[in-house]
Amino acid sequence: MEIDPFIFRLSIFILSIFIGYYVVWSVTPSLHTPLMSVTNAISSVIIVGAIIAGLAGNSNTIFNISSVFGFLAIGLAAINIFGGFLVTQRMLAMYKKKKKDK
Amino acid sequence: MISANLSAIFYLISGVLFILALRGLSSPETSRQGNFFGILGMIIAITVTFLSIGNFSNGFVIVIIFLLIGGLIGAFIAYKIPMTAMPELVAGFHSLVGLAAVFVAIAAFLNPEAFSLGSPGNIKLGSLIEMSIGAAVGAITFSGSIIAFLKLQGIMSGSPITFKGQHLLNALILISILVLTYLLCSTQSSNLFWILLAVSFLIGFLLIIPIGGADMPVVISMLNSYSGWAAAGIGFTLENTALIITGALVGSSGAILSYIMCKGMNRSFFNVILGGFGATEQSSSSQNKEQKPVKSGNADDAAFLMKNASSVIIVPGYGMAVAQAQHALREMVDTLKKNDIKVSYAIHPVAGRMPGHMNVLLAEANVPYDEVFELEEINNDFANADVAFVIGANDVTNPVAKTDPQSPIFGMPVLDVEKCKSVLFVKRSLSPGYAGIDNDLFYKENTLMLFADAKKMTEDITKNL
Repeated sequence: MEIDPFIFRLSIFILSIFIGYYVVWSVTPSLHTPLMSVTNAISSVIIVGAIIAGLAGNSNTIFNISSVFGFLAIGLAAINIFGGFLVTQRMLAMYKKKKKDK
Repeated sequence: MISANLSAIFYLISGVLFILALRGLSSPETSRQGNFFGILGMIIAITVTFLSIGNFSNGFVIVIIFLLIGGLIGAFIAYKIPMTAMPELVAGFHSLVGLAAVFVAIAAFLNPEAFSLGSPGNIKLGSLIEMSIGAAVGAITFSGSIIAFLKLQGIMSGSPITFKGQHLLNALILISILVLTYLLCSTQSSNLFWILLAVSFLIGFLLIIPIGGADMPVVISMLNSYSGWAAAGIGFTLENTALIITGALVGSSGAILSYIMCKGMNRSFFNVILGGFGATEQSSSSQNKEQKPVKSGNADDAAFLMKNASSVIIVPGYGMAVAQAQHALREMVDTLKKNDIKVSYAIHPVAGRMPGHMNVLLAEANVPYDEVFELEEINNDFANADVAFVIGANDVTNPVAKTDPQSPIFGMPVLDVEKCKSVLFVKRSLSPGYAGIDNDLFYKENTLMLFADAKKMTEDITKNL
Protein backbone atom coordinates (compact mmCIF):
# COMPACT_ATOMS: atom_id res chain seq x y z
CA MET A 1 0.00 0.00 0.00
CA GLU A 2 1.26 3.46 -0.87
CA ILE A 3 1.92 6.02 1.80
CA ASP A 4 -0.27 9.07 1.49
CA PRO A 5 1.85 12.16 0.58
CA PHE A 6 0.16 13.89 3.49
CA ILE A 7 2.22 11.71 5.83
CA PHE A 8 5.41 13.03 4.27
CA ARG A 9 4.27 16.62 4.72
CA LEU A 10 3.30 15.84 8.27
CA SER A 11 6.78 14.40 8.86
CA ILE A 12 8.38 17.57 7.50
CA PHE A 13 6.10 19.62 9.70
CA ILE A 14 6.85 17.70 12.91
CA LEU A 15 10.59 17.64 12.28
CA SER A 16 10.55 21.38 11.52
CA ILE A 17 8.86 22.02 14.85
CA PHE A 18 11.76 20.26 16.55
CA ILE A 19 14.30 22.20 14.48
CA GLY A 20 12.50 25.40 15.38
CA TYR A 21 12.50 24.43 19.04
CA TYR A 22 16.26 23.93 19.22
CA VAL A 23 17.16 26.82 16.93
CA VAL A 24 15.00 29.30 18.81
CA TRP A 25 16.29 28.28 22.22
CA SER A 26 19.76 29.13 20.97
CA VAL A 27 18.69 32.66 20.03
CA THR A 28 20.22 35.13 22.45
CA PRO A 29 17.53 36.94 24.50
CA SER A 30 18.86 40.33 23.46
CA LEU A 31 17.80 39.50 19.89
CA HIS A 32 14.26 38.43 20.71
CA THR A 33 12.71 41.50 19.10
CA PRO A 34 14.56 40.97 15.79
CA LEU A 35 13.57 37.30 16.08
CA MET A 36 9.92 38.32 16.13
CA SER A 37 10.25 40.68 13.18
CA VAL A 38 12.17 38.17 11.08
CA THR A 39 9.76 35.32 11.85
CA ASN A 40 7.10 37.75 10.77
CA ALA A 41 8.84 38.34 7.48
CA ILE A 42 9.45 34.67 6.74
CA SER A 43 5.92 33.60 7.62
CA SER A 44 4.84 35.89 4.79
CA VAL A 45 6.14 33.22 2.43
CA ILE A 46 2.41 32.62 2.35
CA ILE A 47 2.70 34.99 -0.60
CA VAL A 48 3.38 31.93 -2.77
CA GLY A 49 -0.22 30.88 -2.17
CA ALA A 50 -1.39 34.39 -2.93
CA ILE A 51 0.53 34.47 -6.22
CA ILE A 52 -0.97 31.15 -7.28
CA ALA A 53 -4.41 32.45 -6.39
CA GLY A 54 -3.81 35.66 -8.31
CA LEU A 55 -2.29 34.15 -11.44
CA ALA A 56 -3.50 30.62 -11.87
CA GLY A 57 -7.14 31.60 -11.79
CA ASN A 58 -9.50 31.26 -14.66
CA SER A 59 -7.88 32.66 -17.78
CA ASN A 60 -11.08 34.28 -19.12
CA THR A 61 -11.33 36.93 -16.46
CA ILE A 62 -8.44 38.31 -14.50
CA PHE A 63 -10.66 39.85 -11.90
CA ASN A 64 -12.66 36.89 -10.75
CA ILE A 65 -13.30 37.00 -7.04
CA SER A 66 -10.75 34.36 -6.17
CA SER A 67 -7.88 36.15 -7.87
CA VAL A 68 -8.93 39.45 -6.31
CA PHE A 69 -8.44 37.85 -2.89
CA GLY A 70 -5.12 36.60 -4.21
CA PHE A 71 -4.06 40.11 -5.25
CA LEU A 72 -5.04 41.56 -1.88
CA ALA A 73 -3.12 38.83 -0.08
CA ILE A 74 -0.08 39.59 -2.26
CA GLY A 75 -0.22 43.22 -1.17
CA LEU A 76 -0.53 42.33 2.52
CA ALA A 77 2.22 39.74 2.42
CA ALA A 78 4.49 42.11 0.49
CA ILE A 79 4.11 44.76 3.21
CA ASN A 80 5.25 42.14 5.69
CA ILE A 81 8.11 40.79 3.64
CA PHE A 82 9.67 44.14 2.86
CA GLY A 83 8.76 45.71 6.19
CA GLY A 84 9.83 42.69 8.22
CA PHE A 85 13.21 42.12 6.63
CA LEU A 86 14.09 45.80 6.40
CA VAL A 87 13.17 46.62 9.97
CA THR A 88 15.13 43.57 11.13
CA GLN A 89 18.08 44.80 9.10
CA ARG A 90 17.72 48.22 10.68
CA MET A 91 17.64 46.79 14.18
CA LEU A 92 20.51 44.39 13.70
CA ALA A 93 22.68 47.18 12.32
CA MET A 94 22.36 48.91 15.69
CA TYR A 95 23.80 46.06 17.76
CA LYS A 96 27.42 47.01 18.27
CA LYS A 97 30.18 45.67 20.43
CA LYS A 98 32.14 47.86 22.79
CA LYS A 99 34.93 49.66 20.97
CA LYS A 100 38.20 48.30 22.26
CA ASP A 101 40.26 51.43 21.59
CA LYS A 102 38.31 53.49 24.09
CA MET B 1 7.46 26.53 -16.62
CA ILE B 2 9.45 24.25 -14.36
CA SER B 3 8.41 20.84 -13.15
CA ALA B 4 6.63 20.31 -9.86
CA ASN B 5 9.53 18.25 -8.54
CA LEU B 6 12.10 20.91 -9.32
CA SER B 7 10.04 23.64 -7.70
CA ALA B 8 9.51 21.43 -4.64
CA ILE B 9 13.29 21.20 -4.30
CA PHE B 10 13.63 24.96 -4.53
CA TYR B 11 10.93 25.38 -1.88
CA LEU B 12 12.92 23.02 0.31
CA ILE B 13 16.01 25.17 -0.23
CA SER B 14 14.19 28.30 0.83
CA GLY B 15 12.88 26.45 3.89
CA VAL B 16 16.47 25.58 4.82
CA LEU B 17 17.52 29.20 4.28
CA PHE B 18 14.78 30.29 6.70
CA ILE B 19 16.15 27.88 9.31
CA LEU B 20 19.59 29.45 8.79
CA ALA B 21 18.04 32.91 9.17
CA LEU B 22 16.83 32.02 12.66
CA ARG B 23 20.05 30.20 13.43
CA GLY B 24 21.97 33.41 12.68
CA LEU B 25 20.24 35.18 15.54
CA SER B 26 22.15 33.13 18.10
CA SER B 27 24.65 35.98 18.23
CA PRO B 28 24.63 39.58 17.03
CA GLU B 29 27.70 38.95 14.85
CA THR B 30 26.02 36.31 12.72
CA SER B 31 22.57 37.87 12.79
CA ARG B 32 23.00 40.15 9.78
CA GLN B 33 24.13 37.24 7.67
CA GLY B 34 21.11 35.31 8.94
CA ASN B 35 18.78 38.06 7.79
CA PHE B 36 20.40 37.91 4.38
CA PHE B 37 19.70 34.16 4.21
CA GLY B 38 16.09 34.91 5.02
CA ILE B 39 15.82 37.44 2.20
CA LEU B 40 17.47 35.01 -0.20
CA GLY B 41 15.04 32.26 0.80
CA MET B 42 12.12 34.59 0.14
CA ILE B 43 13.43 35.62 -3.28
CA ILE B 44 13.87 31.97 -4.26
CA ALA B 45 10.37 31.05 -3.08
CA ILE B 46 8.71 33.90 -4.98
CA THR B 47 10.74 33.37 -8.18
CA VAL B 48 10.03 29.65 -8.20
CA THR B 49 6.33 30.30 -7.76
CA PHE B 50 6.28 32.52 -10.83
CA LEU B 51 8.29 30.02 -12.84
CA SER B 52 6.12 27.08 -11.83
CA ILE B 53 2.97 28.86 -12.97
CA GLY B 54 4.63 29.94 -16.18
CA ASN B 55 1.49 31.66 -17.37
CA PHE B 56 2.69 35.23 -17.61
CA SER B 57 0.09 36.63 -19.93
CA ASN B 58 -2.78 37.10 -17.52
CA GLY B 59 -2.66 39.12 -14.36
CA PHE B 60 1.13 39.10 -14.15
CA VAL B 61 1.29 42.87 -14.31
CA ILE B 62 -1.33 43.18 -11.60
CA VAL B 63 0.58 40.78 -9.36
CA ILE B 64 3.73 42.85 -9.79
CA ILE B 65 1.80 46.04 -9.08
CA PHE B 66 0.41 44.67 -5.83
CA LEU B 67 3.82 43.33 -4.92
CA LEU B 68 5.40 46.73 -5.48
CA ILE B 69 2.69 48.69 -3.69
CA GLY B 70 2.94 46.38 -0.68
CA GLY B 71 6.72 46.47 -0.83
CA LEU B 72 6.82 50.25 -0.91
CA ILE B 73 4.44 50.56 2.02
CA GLY B 74 6.45 47.98 3.96
CA ALA B 75 9.78 49.63 3.21
CA PHE B 76 8.40 53.04 4.11
CA ILE B 77 7.11 51.76 7.48
CA ALA B 78 10.38 49.92 8.17
CA TYR B 79 12.44 53.08 7.74
CA LYS B 80 10.08 55.48 9.47
CA ILE B 81 9.06 53.50 12.54
CA PRO B 82 10.65 54.66 15.81
CA MET B 83 12.24 51.84 17.80
CA THR B 84 9.97 52.53 20.75
CA ALA B 85 7.03 51.53 18.54
CA MET B 86 8.36 48.07 17.70
CA PRO B 87 5.70 46.21 19.72
CA GLU B 88 2.90 47.96 17.81
CA LEU B 89 4.65 47.33 14.52
CA VAL B 90 5.10 43.63 15.20
CA ALA B 91 1.48 43.31 16.32
CA GLY B 92 0.39 45.11 13.15
CA PHE B 93 2.52 42.84 10.97
CA HIS B 94 1.06 39.76 12.66
CA SER B 95 -2.41 40.94 11.76
CA LEU B 96 -1.35 41.22 8.11
CA VAL B 97 0.01 37.66 8.06
CA GLY B 98 -3.27 36.49 9.57
CA LEU B 99 -5.37 38.35 7.04
CA ALA B 100 -3.22 37.17 4.14
CA ALA B 101 -3.73 33.58 5.33
CA VAL B 102 -7.48 34.17 5.43
CA PHE B 103 -7.48 35.62 1.91
CA VAL B 104 -5.46 32.75 0.50
CA ALA B 105 -7.83 30.29 2.17
CA ILE B 106 -10.82 32.11 0.69
CA ALA B 107 -9.23 32.10 -2.75
CA ALA B 108 -8.51 28.39 -2.44
CA PHE B 109 -12.05 27.70 -1.29
CA LEU B 110 -13.62 29.66 -4.13
CA ASN B 111 -11.32 28.42 -6.84
CA PRO B 112 -9.88 25.07 -5.76
CA GLU B 113 -8.97 24.14 -9.33
CA ALA B 114 -6.19 26.72 -9.31
CA PHE B 115 -4.53 24.80 -6.48
CA SER B 116 -5.62 21.40 -7.84
CA LEU B 117 -7.64 20.63 -4.75
CA GLY B 118 -10.81 19.51 -6.51
CA SER B 119 -13.70 21.61 -7.74
CA PRO B 120 -15.99 24.08 -5.92
CA GLY B 121 -18.40 22.15 -3.75
CA ASN B 122 -16.29 19.06 -4.12
CA ILE B 123 -12.99 19.88 -2.45
CA LYS B 124 -10.83 17.03 -1.20
CA LEU B 125 -11.66 16.35 2.43
CA GLY B 126 -8.07 16.63 3.70
CA SER B 127 -7.56 19.94 1.89
CA LEU B 128 -10.80 21.30 3.25
CA ILE B 129 -9.82 20.48 6.83
CA GLU B 130 -6.38 22.07 6.34
CA MET B 131 -7.97 25.08 4.69
CA SER B 132 -10.45 25.55 7.53
CA ILE B 133 -7.69 25.33 10.13
CA GLY B 134 -5.53 27.81 8.21
CA ALA B 135 -8.44 30.20 7.74
CA ALA B 136 -9.66 29.99 11.33
CA VAL B 137 -6.22 30.42 12.89
CA GLY B 138 -5.46 33.21 10.42
CA ALA B 139 -8.67 35.01 11.36
CA ILE B 140 -7.93 34.66 15.08
CA THR B 141 -4.42 36.00 14.48
CA PHE B 142 -5.82 38.93 12.55
CA SER B 143 -8.45 40.16 14.98
CA GLY B 144 -6.33 39.32 18.05
CA SER B 145 -3.40 41.28 16.65
CA ILE B 146 -5.63 44.23 15.84
CA ILE B 147 -6.71 44.40 19.49
CA ALA B 148 -3.10 43.99 20.66
CA PHE B 149 -2.09 46.77 18.27
CA LEU B 150 -4.84 49.11 19.51
CA LYS B 151 -3.90 48.44 23.13
CA LEU B 152 -0.19 48.98 22.53
CA GLN B 153 -0.82 52.10 20.50
CA GLY B 154 -2.94 53.48 23.32
CA ILE B 155 -6.00 53.85 21.11
CA MET B 156 -7.69 51.28 23.30
CA SER B 157 -7.22 51.30 27.07
CA GLY B 158 -4.57 48.85 28.24
CA SER B 159 -6.68 47.76 31.18
CA PRO B 160 -8.33 44.35 30.93
CA ILE B 161 -11.94 44.26 29.75
CA THR B 162 -13.81 41.54 31.60
CA PHE B 163 -17.46 40.62 31.95
CA LYS B 164 -19.52 37.88 33.50
CA GLY B 165 -19.59 34.60 31.65
CA GLN B 166 -16.63 35.61 29.49
CA HIS B 167 -14.82 32.30 29.74
CA LEU B 168 -18.02 30.37 29.15
CA LEU B 169 -18.75 32.43 26.05
CA ASN B 170 -15.23 31.91 24.72
CA ALA B 171 -15.43 28.19 25.37
CA LEU B 172 -18.76 27.99 23.53
CA ILE B 173 -17.37 29.88 20.56
CA LEU B 174 -14.32 27.63 20.40
CA ILE B 175 -16.56 24.56 20.44
CA SER B 176 -18.73 26.10 17.73
CA ILE B 177 -15.60 26.54 15.58
CA LEU B 178 -14.96 22.81 15.82
CA VAL B 179 -18.58 22.00 15.04
CA LEU B 180 -18.60 24.40 12.09
CA THR B 181 -15.41 22.86 10.71
CA TYR B 182 -16.99 19.42 10.95
CA LEU B 183 -20.20 20.57 9.27
CA LEU B 184 -18.27 22.43 6.60
CA CYS B 185 -16.32 19.31 5.77
CA SER B 186 -19.41 17.17 5.52
CA THR B 187 -21.57 19.62 3.53
CA GLN B 188 -19.01 21.77 1.62
CA SER B 189 -21.41 24.66 2.06
CA SER B 190 -19.85 28.04 1.39
CA ASN B 191 -22.20 29.69 3.90
CA LEU B 192 -20.66 27.62 6.65
CA PHE B 193 -17.21 28.70 5.47
CA TRP B 194 -18.15 32.37 5.87
CA ILE B 195 -19.72 31.74 9.27
CA LEU B 196 -16.58 29.91 10.36
CA LEU B 197 -14.50 32.92 9.36
CA ALA B 198 -16.80 35.38 11.14
CA VAL B 199 -16.81 33.34 14.34
CA SER B 200 -13.02 33.04 14.23
CA PHE B 201 -12.65 36.80 13.87
CA LEU B 202 -14.93 37.21 16.85
CA ILE B 203 -13.04 34.80 19.10
CA GLY B 204 -9.69 36.44 18.28
CA PHE B 205 -11.17 39.72 19.42
CA LEU B 206 -12.71 38.24 22.60
CA LEU B 207 -9.56 36.35 23.55
CA ILE B 208 -7.35 39.44 23.68
CA ILE B 209 -9.61 42.10 25.26
CA PRO B 210 -9.34 40.67 28.82
CA ILE B 211 -5.54 40.72 28.72
CA GLY B 212 -3.87 43.77 30.24
CA GLY B 213 -1.17 46.03 28.83
CA ALA B 214 1.82 44.60 30.69
CA ASP B 215 0.93 41.07 29.62
CA MET B 216 1.44 42.14 26.03
CA PRO B 217 4.83 40.39 25.78
CA VAL B 218 2.97 37.08 26.14
CA VAL B 219 0.19 38.14 23.78
CA ILE B 220 2.54 39.25 21.02
CA SER B 221 4.58 36.05 21.31
CA MET B 222 1.40 34.00 21.26
CA LEU B 223 0.08 35.77 18.16
CA ASN B 224 3.49 35.27 16.58
CA SER B 225 3.02 31.58 17.18
CA TYR B 226 -0.54 31.64 15.77
CA SER B 227 0.61 33.36 12.59
CA GLY B 228 3.04 30.47 12.15
CA TRP B 229 0.38 27.80 12.63
CA ALA B 230 -1.88 29.64 10.17
CA ALA B 231 0.91 29.64 7.60
CA ALA B 232 1.51 25.94 8.21
CA GLY B 233 -2.20 25.20 7.75
CA ILE B 234 -2.15 26.97 4.39
CA GLY B 235 1.13 25.19 3.61
CA PHE B 236 -0.60 21.83 4.00
CA THR B 237 -3.44 22.99 1.77
CA LEU B 238 -1.08 24.15 -0.95
CA GLU B 239 1.23 21.17 -0.41
CA ASN B 240 4.10 23.59 -0.19
CA THR B 241 7.20 22.59 1.79
CA ALA B 242 8.54 26.11 2.25
CA LEU B 243 5.31 27.17 3.93
CA ILE B 244 5.10 24.06 6.10
CA ILE B 245 8.70 24.45 7.33
CA THR B 246 8.30 28.17 7.91
CA GLY B 247 4.98 27.73 9.68
CA ALA B 248 6.48 25.15 12.02
CA LEU B 249 9.52 27.34 12.71
CA VAL B 250 7.48 30.45 13.44
CA GLY B 251 4.93 28.51 15.42
CA SER B 252 7.49 26.98 17.74
CA SER B 253 9.42 30.24 17.94
CA GLY B 254 6.36 32.10 19.19
CA ALA B 255 5.51 29.30 21.58
CA ILE B 256 8.99 29.37 23.12
CA LEU B 257 8.88 33.14 23.48
CA SER B 258 5.48 32.91 25.20
CA TYR B 259 6.93 30.32 27.55
CA ILE B 260 9.95 32.51 28.39
CA MET B 261 7.68 35.49 29.01
CA CYS B 262 5.32 33.51 31.26
CA LYS B 263 8.28 32.19 33.21
CA GLY B 264 9.56 35.75 33.58
CA MET B 265 6.30 36.56 35.36
CA ASN B 266 6.00 33.21 37.16
CA ARG B 267 2.54 32.73 35.75
CA SER B 268 1.08 29.90 33.82
CA PHE B 269 0.15 30.45 30.22
CA PHE B 270 -3.52 29.90 31.04
CA ASN B 271 -3.40 32.42 33.83
CA VAL B 272 -2.25 35.05 31.33
CA ILE B 273 -4.67 33.99 28.61
CA LEU B 274 -7.68 33.98 30.90
CA GLY B 275 -6.76 37.55 31.63
CA GLY B 276 -8.04 40.13 34.07
CA PHE B 277 -4.74 40.26 35.96
CA GLY B 278 -4.13 43.41 37.98
CA ALA B 279 -7.71 44.59 37.82
CA THR B 280 -9.05 42.88 40.93
CA GLU B 281 -6.54 42.88 43.76
CA GLN B 282 -5.86 46.56 44.17
CA SER B 283 -8.24 47.68 46.86
CA SER B 284 -6.83 45.84 49.87
CA SER B 285 -3.19 46.76 49.51
CA SER B 286 -3.35 50.41 48.53
CA GLN B 287 -5.13 51.78 51.57
CA ASN B 288 -3.04 51.17 54.66
CA LYS B 289 0.39 51.90 53.26
CA GLU B 290 0.09 55.53 52.45
CA GLN B 291 1.68 56.99 55.55
CA LYS B 292 5.01 55.26 55.13
CA PRO B 293 7.91 57.68 54.83
CA VAL B 294 9.54 58.05 51.47
CA LYS B 295 12.83 59.73 50.78
CA SER B 296 12.71 61.77 47.66
CA GLY B 297 15.51 63.66 46.07
CA ASN B 298 16.44 65.75 43.07
CA ALA B 299 18.90 65.44 40.22
CA ASP B 300 21.62 67.00 42.33
CA ASP B 301 21.39 64.30 45.02
CA ALA B 302 21.35 61.58 42.41
CA ALA B 303 24.39 63.00 40.65
CA PHE B 304 26.23 63.20 43.96
CA LEU B 305 25.50 59.56 44.79
CA MET B 306 26.57 58.35 41.38
CA LYS B 307 29.74 60.44 41.27
CA ASN B 308 30.91 58.76 44.45
CA ALA B 309 30.06 55.29 43.25
CA SER B 310 32.48 52.92 41.62
CA SER B 311 29.89 50.76 39.94
CA VAL B 312 26.37 51.52 38.76
CA ILE B 313 23.75 49.08 37.45
CA ILE B 314 20.96 50.48 35.33
CA VAL B 315 17.56 48.79 35.34
CA PRO B 316 15.44 50.03 32.44
CA GLY B 317 11.75 49.30 32.06
CA TYR B 318 8.75 50.23 29.95
CA GLY B 319 8.75 53.75 31.43
CA MET B 320 12.04 54.41 29.69
CA ALA B 321 10.44 53.54 26.36
CA VAL B 322 7.43 55.76 27.06
CA ALA B 323 9.63 58.71 27.98
CA GLN B 324 12.01 58.00 25.05
CA ALA B 325 14.79 58.34 27.60
CA GLN B 326 17.25 55.85 26.10
CA HIS B 327 19.47 58.46 24.42
CA ALA B 328 19.54 60.71 27.47
CA LEU B 329 20.40 57.64 29.51
CA ARG B 330 23.31 56.78 27.25
CA GLU B 331 24.66 60.31 27.59
CA MET B 332 24.45 60.05 31.36
CA VAL B 333 26.33 56.75 31.24
CA ASP B 334 29.01 58.25 28.98
CA THR B 335 29.63 60.95 31.58
CA LEU B 336 29.78 58.35 34.32
CA LYS B 337 32.27 56.31 32.34
CA LYS B 338 34.48 59.35 31.89
CA ASN B 339 34.67 59.43 35.68
CA ASP B 340 35.85 55.81 35.68
CA ILE B 341 32.61 54.43 37.00
CA LYS B 342 31.73 50.94 35.88
CA VAL B 343 28.26 50.82 34.34
CA SER B 344 26.20 47.82 33.27
CA TYR B 345 22.57 47.29 32.34
CA ALA B 346 20.27 44.68 33.83
CA ILE B 347 17.31 43.54 31.73
CA HIS B 348 14.40 41.60 33.15
CA PRO B 349 12.84 39.13 30.69
CA VAL B 350 9.48 40.93 30.74
CA ALA B 351 10.77 44.50 30.81
CA GLY B 352 8.93 46.45 28.14
CA ARG B 353 6.06 45.37 25.96
CA MET B 354 7.68 42.64 23.92
CA PRO B 355 10.54 40.18 24.26
CA GLY B 356 13.89 41.94 23.89
CA HIS B 357 12.26 45.37 23.73
CA MET B 358 14.77 47.04 26.08
CA ASN B 359 17.75 45.54 24.27
CA VAL B 360 16.66 47.09 20.98
CA LEU B 361 16.14 50.50 22.55
CA LEU B 362 19.57 50.42 24.20
CA ALA B 363 21.13 49.26 20.95
CA GLU B 364 19.44 52.17 19.22
CA ALA B 365 21.04 54.52 21.73
CA ASN B 366 24.44 53.02 20.82
CA VAL B 367 24.85 51.06 24.01
CA PRO B 368 27.25 48.19 23.21
CA TYR B 369 25.45 44.87 23.64
CA ASP B 370 28.20 43.43 25.81
CA GLU B 371 27.33 45.91 28.55
CA VAL B 372 23.75 44.64 28.66
CA PHE B 373 23.00 41.59 30.82
CA GLU B 374 20.09 39.26 31.41
CA LEU B 375 18.61 38.68 34.84
CA GLU B 376 20.53 35.48 35.67
CA GLU B 377 23.82 36.92 34.46
CA ILE B 378 23.76 40.03 36.58
CA ASN B 379 21.58 39.36 39.59
CA ASN B 380 24.50 38.47 41.87
CA ASP B 381 26.28 41.69 41.01
CA PHE B 382 23.76 43.93 42.73
CA ALA B 383 25.24 43.06 46.14
CA ASN B 384 28.59 44.48 45.03
CA ALA B 385 27.29 47.51 43.18
CA ASP B 386 27.06 50.96 44.72
CA VAL B 387 24.08 52.39 42.93
CA ALA B 388 21.14 50.81 41.13
CA PHE B 389 19.47 53.26 38.79
CA VAL B 390 15.91 52.07 38.15
CA ILE B 391 14.40 53.92 35.23
CA GLY B 392 10.83 53.16 34.27
CA ALA B 393 10.74 49.69 35.86
CA ASN B 394 8.71 48.77 38.91
CA ASP B 395 7.22 45.32 39.48
CA VAL B 396 10.34 43.56 38.21
CA THR B 397 12.32 45.01 41.14
CA ASN B 398 9.74 44.39 43.86
CA PRO B 399 11.29 42.35 46.72
CA VAL B 400 7.78 41.29 47.74
CA ALA B 401 8.00 38.62 45.04
CA LYS B 402 10.59 36.90 47.20
CA THR B 403 9.14 37.50 50.66
CA ASP B 404 5.35 37.58 50.66
CA PRO B 405 3.57 34.39 49.59
CA GLN B 406 0.27 36.33 49.58
CA SER B 407 1.42 38.69 46.89
CA PRO B 408 0.08 38.15 43.36
CA ILE B 409 3.60 38.34 42.01
CA PHE B 410 5.10 35.95 44.57
CA GLY B 411 7.67 33.66 42.95
CA MET B 412 8.26 35.90 39.97
CA PRO B 413 11.99 36.24 39.33
CA VAL B 414 13.00 39.79 40.24
CA LEU B 415 16.16 41.84 40.03
CA ASP B 416 17.79 42.05 43.48
CA VAL B 417 17.99 45.81 43.31
CA GLU B 418 17.57 46.24 47.08
CA LYS B 419 20.97 44.62 47.69
CA CYS B 420 22.73 47.65 46.22
CA LYS B 421 24.19 50.20 48.61
CA SER B 422 21.73 52.74 47.31
CA VAL B 423 18.85 52.67 44.91
CA LEU B 424 17.78 55.55 42.71
CA PHE B 425 14.23 55.16 41.51
CA VAL B 426 13.10 57.39 38.65
CA LYS B 427 9.32 57.39 38.59
CA ARG B 428 6.58 59.88 38.05
CA SER B 429 4.68 59.11 41.24
CA LEU B 430 4.34 56.56 43.99
CA SER B 431 1.51 54.81 42.20
CA PRO B 432 1.75 51.04 42.14
CA GLY B 433 2.88 49.29 38.99
CA TYR B 434 0.88 47.18 36.63
CA ALA B 435 0.37 44.33 39.10
CA GLY B 436 -1.45 46.84 41.31
CA ILE B 437 0.76 46.19 44.31
CA ASP B 438 2.92 48.50 46.34
CA ASN B 439 6.67 48.26 45.86
CA ASP B 440 8.45 47.90 49.25
CA LEU B 441 11.54 49.22 47.63
CA PHE B 442 10.08 52.76 47.68
CA TYR B 443 10.20 52.84 51.48
CA LYS B 444 13.60 51.28 52.03
CA GLU B 445 16.21 53.21 53.95
CA ASN B 446 18.65 53.22 51.05
CA THR B 447 16.17 54.20 48.35
CA LEU B 448 15.99 57.66 46.93
CA MET B 449 12.93 58.41 44.84
CA LEU B 450 13.38 60.78 41.92
CA PHE B 451 9.93 61.99 40.98
CA ALA B 452 10.12 63.22 37.41
CA ASP B 453 9.82 62.33 33.80
CA ALA B 454 12.53 59.76 33.07
CA LYS B 455 14.07 61.69 30.20
CA LYS B 456 14.14 65.04 31.94
CA MET B 457 15.56 63.58 35.14
CA THR B 458 18.33 61.77 33.29
CA GLU B 459 19.26 64.94 31.43
CA ASP B 460 19.32 66.92 34.67
CA ILE B 461 21.54 64.36 36.36
CA THR B 462 23.97 64.52 33.46
CA LYS B 463 24.16 68.29 33.86
CA ASN B 464 24.95 67.88 37.54
CA LEU B 465 27.62 65.26 37.13
